Amino acid sequence: MSTTHTPGRDGKPTAESPASGAVPAQAAEPEDGLGAAGAQLSTAPADTLDSLPGLGVLGWLRWLWRQLTSMRIALILLFLLSLAAIPGSLIPQHSDQLKVDDFKKAHPDISPLYERLGLFHVYSSPWFSAIYILLFVSLAGCIVPRTWQFVGQLRARPPAAPRHLTRLPAYSTWQTDASPEEVAEAARRVLRGRRFRTHLNGTSVAGEKGYLREAGNLLFHVALFGLLISFALTSLEAASGGKLVVGGDDGFVNNPALYDDFSGGTLYGADDLKPFGFTLDNFDAKYATSGPERGTALKFQANIHYWTGTDSSHTTKGAISVNHPLSIGGEKVYLISHGYAPVVTVRDGQGNIAYRGPVPFIPQDTDLTSTGVVKVPDAIGKDGKPDQLAFQGYFTPTGSTDRGPVSTFPALDQPLLWLTAYHGDLGLDSGIPQNVYQLDATHMKQFKLNTTTGVNGEVIKVGQRIDLPDGQGSLTFDGVRTWASFTISHQAGNESALISGVCAILGLALSLFVQRRRIWVRALRGPDGTTLVELGGLGRSESVRIADEIGDVAVQLLPDAPPRPDGGPDDRPATAPESADTPAETARTTDDEGARA
Amino acid sequence: MNLASAVNENFANYSNYLIRSAMFVYALAFLAHLAEWVFGSRSRIAVQSAALTAGQAAAQEAADAGKAKVTVQVATRGGGTTTLERPAVVTRASSSDRGIPDGPGAAGTSERGDLYGRIAVSFTTLAWLLHVAGVVFRAASVQRAPWGNMYEFSITFGSVAVGAYLLLLALKKNVRWIGLFLTTSVLLDLGLALSVLYTSSEQLVPALHSYWLWIHVSCAIISGAVFYLAAVGTLLYLFRDHYEVALAAGSSGNGRWADVMRRLPSAASLDKFAYRMNALVFPLWTFTIIAGAIWAQAAWGHYWEWDPKETWSFITWVVYAGYLHARATAGWKGRKAAYLALIAFTCFLWNYYGVNIFVTGKHSYAGV
Ligand code: HEM
Repeated sequence: MSTTHTPGRDGKPTAESPASGAVPAQAAEPEDGLGAAGAQLSTAPADTLDSLPGLGVLGWLRWLWRQLTSMRIALILLFLLSLAAIPGSLIPQHSDQLKVDDFKKAHPDISPLYERLGLFHVYSSPWFSAIYILLFVSLAGCIVPRTWQFVGQLRARPPAAPRHLTRLPAYSTWQTDASPEEVAEAARRVLRGRRFRTHLNGTSVAGEKGYLREAGNLLFHVALFGLLISFALTSLEAASGGKLVVGGDDGFVNNPALYDDFSGGTLYGADDLKPFGFTLDNFDAKYATSGPERGTALKFQANIHYWTGTDSSHTTKGAISVNHPLSIGGEKVYLISHGYAPVVTVRDGQGNIAYRGPVPFIPQDTDLTSTGVVKVPDAIGKDGKPDQLAFQGYFTPTGSTDRGPVSTFPALDQPLLWLTAYHGDLGLDSGIPQNVYQLDATHMKQFKLNTTTGVNGEVIKVGQRIDLPDGQGSLTFDGVRTWASFTISHQAGNESALISGVCAILGLALSLFVQRRRIWVRALRGPDGTTLVELGGLGRSESVRIADEIGDVAVQLLPDAPPRPDGGPDDRPATAPESADTPAETARTTDDEGARA
Repeated sequence: MNLASAVNENFANYSNYLIRSAMFVYALAFLAHLAEWVFGSRSRIAVQSAALTAGQAAAQEAADAGKAKVTVQVATRGGGTTTLERPAVVTRASSSDRGIPDGPGAAGTSERGDLYGRIAVSFTTLAWLLHVAGVVFRAASVQRAPWGNMYEFSITFGSVAVGAYLLLLALKKNVRWIGLFLTTSVLLDLGLALSVLYTSSEQLVPALHSYWLWIHVSCAIISGAVFYLAAVGTLLYLFRDHYEVALAAGSSGNGRWADVMRRLPSAASLDKFAYRMNALVFPLWTFTIIAGAIWAQAAWGHYWEWDPKETWSFITWVVYAGYLHARATAGWKGRKAAYLALIAFTCFLWNYYGVNIFVTGKHSYAGV
């Protein structure tokens, strides 16, 4: 009975697609010969490289735009983005200026070129920005039309079945005595029960499911925009600064002039800082004292008192540790590192106290062997003339004079100070900013000290003193305090970044795990009066489950369309359609494709 | 030395013994897999190449598989139940498929080979149990998650990769062909861990004291292990694809190389396997990076600073995204996409070994 077949048996796809609006047939996943039924399983743009335009400026622009928003270009841009990110991981970046300076010193010939190429600030360089901006333009040009297309698909009906269901990746058939109408109605019910969107057309049913895949994919790509915007917000509005605070000192007030370093954002500069302050009471560190993990830190905690506003008389107790920043007055304070600050008293050649106080030494290893400099700019020499003094060397919290300046344990078990001494010009007036933890000894002269170690330096314990030769001054080691360094940071865009991230993951999961698929059921009365039931399923190429699903649908259909004893799957599993429908062409086309046994 | 730390040291020693024993048993599994491949090669079937080129075998096989009858009980409208046969489902190869069926596996049609293959799987399972016990004892000895340095990361990584493989086997997936490659790489992984990366158990630096360690690093390990399985699939896909192209061009399909290739799953199956593995963990890898950003925010006050480790995670992620795109792009499917997947996995490996060893950044906890 051929009346139910639409004309056009030449094997070409027929245009039976329901009104899918302005949506053009897509070339994304062409399933040969399936026509409209196989199209639009995704909204991926067509991927044909268009021939070059000959239509003047507008034509060119349109052509360029279409190239830019094609999957192919998106792919190339993604690849470029990953390549462009590489140099920044191998060359020091300006966020760590000290390393950049070291690199420049070590490679003076190549550095100017690097500088010009922006290789010291890759992630804000024009070429890196160009790539991701293009990528995002491409993305926008891609998702906007895809969204409309998807909305169109949601409003349209599932496309009608292809003429030859046998061509679908999964196919099943049997004969029954139930009427085609009954079978179609039952099929519709079954598919609905499985949450397919269905469309009944005569005695065939079209069902489609898994729209969430596309929705998830769009959500993911939109979330990428969210991430980009959050990044932009962060870099425009974030500000952060670092500060080293010695325990027991006056502490810190949130004022950029008092930071050791400060970097503001375009929209958040030094003037926007919220007023607050804190003092470091002490730094609490606990170390494993035995076992193979001896010396590893078990606890680092900075105990502080803080206040908000400008009034420092009402303070609150607080603690900051790694991974547990403290929020004060809207800004966050992070613990970054810690160390020791030997307290010293320096007397000059006149016997006057030229310096007294703690001097932070910077740790070099996990046992806190530290290096530092005591700079004394305001000393008076024996002759009454100004003479600057400097003491440079090591501090070992647990040291031993036989072993050299190497600490063996990070706690203060046997603190030793190892110093050499200089006098002359510290170079502080030269106008070049100096690192307070390093000594520039080019204009200084080293003292000859009373040495026992073979090096021109002395080792002292707490309470001991180094005397400079000829009564030119002395340094007394009074004690040790702890210091901690903090990052104070103002942030924006964190919440939106987090939300975008969550949306991205959710969208990805939907996009990758949901299978979009179609199932068609057709019931036709054959010449012998029995009804031929045909089921066909189509999924994206990665889907294996479609065959199982067709089987399940068939099983659910069986009660309403029990197979005829002589027309069951046993006798005629695959040859059914030909014998029922008997168009010779059908047989030929399917055989050509070797689709079935 | 107090009692607790003596116990810990004992545990660390047990862990080392267990890992070494696991390596020994993995080596046995490796040999058994070799035997499987060797015996399999003796069972060449003459019909093979003819069947391959015609592609009819595939269709026949698919139809046979589809015809396998399942009896189902269904309620009839009358209220009773009848026994009905599940109708046959005929499947048709998709357009990307050449219609060439999967190879028979390493053992070919040799029963000896198959026996060795099953012995290999048993050894792998035993080795894996020892391996996991080694990881657990290591964790007990340091009293924290066993992934504070590269040694611990490596042994955990290996155990997750083998665990994922065994899980796939348990789910009756056709993956035994990975066995030889997997045992080889796990032996390499553990050997490298013990000889080069070994660190006696030690406490974490305080920056790692965070529940984000559990979340972030365990996700990274799982992602890496599954990416690894996918990479093996991809590599074999490239070889097998080459072989199938030659076969289609009329090559006889003889010779030692072809004999190995013949027994692998078809290029289409390998490609699908690799895609499924990659697609399965890509969201997890995305989550790993985001969890890392949240942790960085809590620890250092910045969620993203282009630290080398972050940068390479990002690069890996972008290349995998490129791979997923390539698969959906005409002209980039197949081999080109496969190369992208391999590049992506190389980035992952470099991020792990290379960045930890050669590049310093805030993530410098390698312990080497
Ligand atoms: C910002 C960079 C981008 C990233 C990280 C990204 C990531 C992804 C990922 C991971 C998928 C996989 C989902 C799947 O396989 O189904 C995907 C799919 C897709 N992307 Fe992107 N994408 C980006 C930019 C773009 C752009 C610029 C376009 C537009 C040309 C685009 C168009 C698509 C399309 C059409 C799909 C679906 C493919 C399919 O149906 O299988 N993406 N994207």
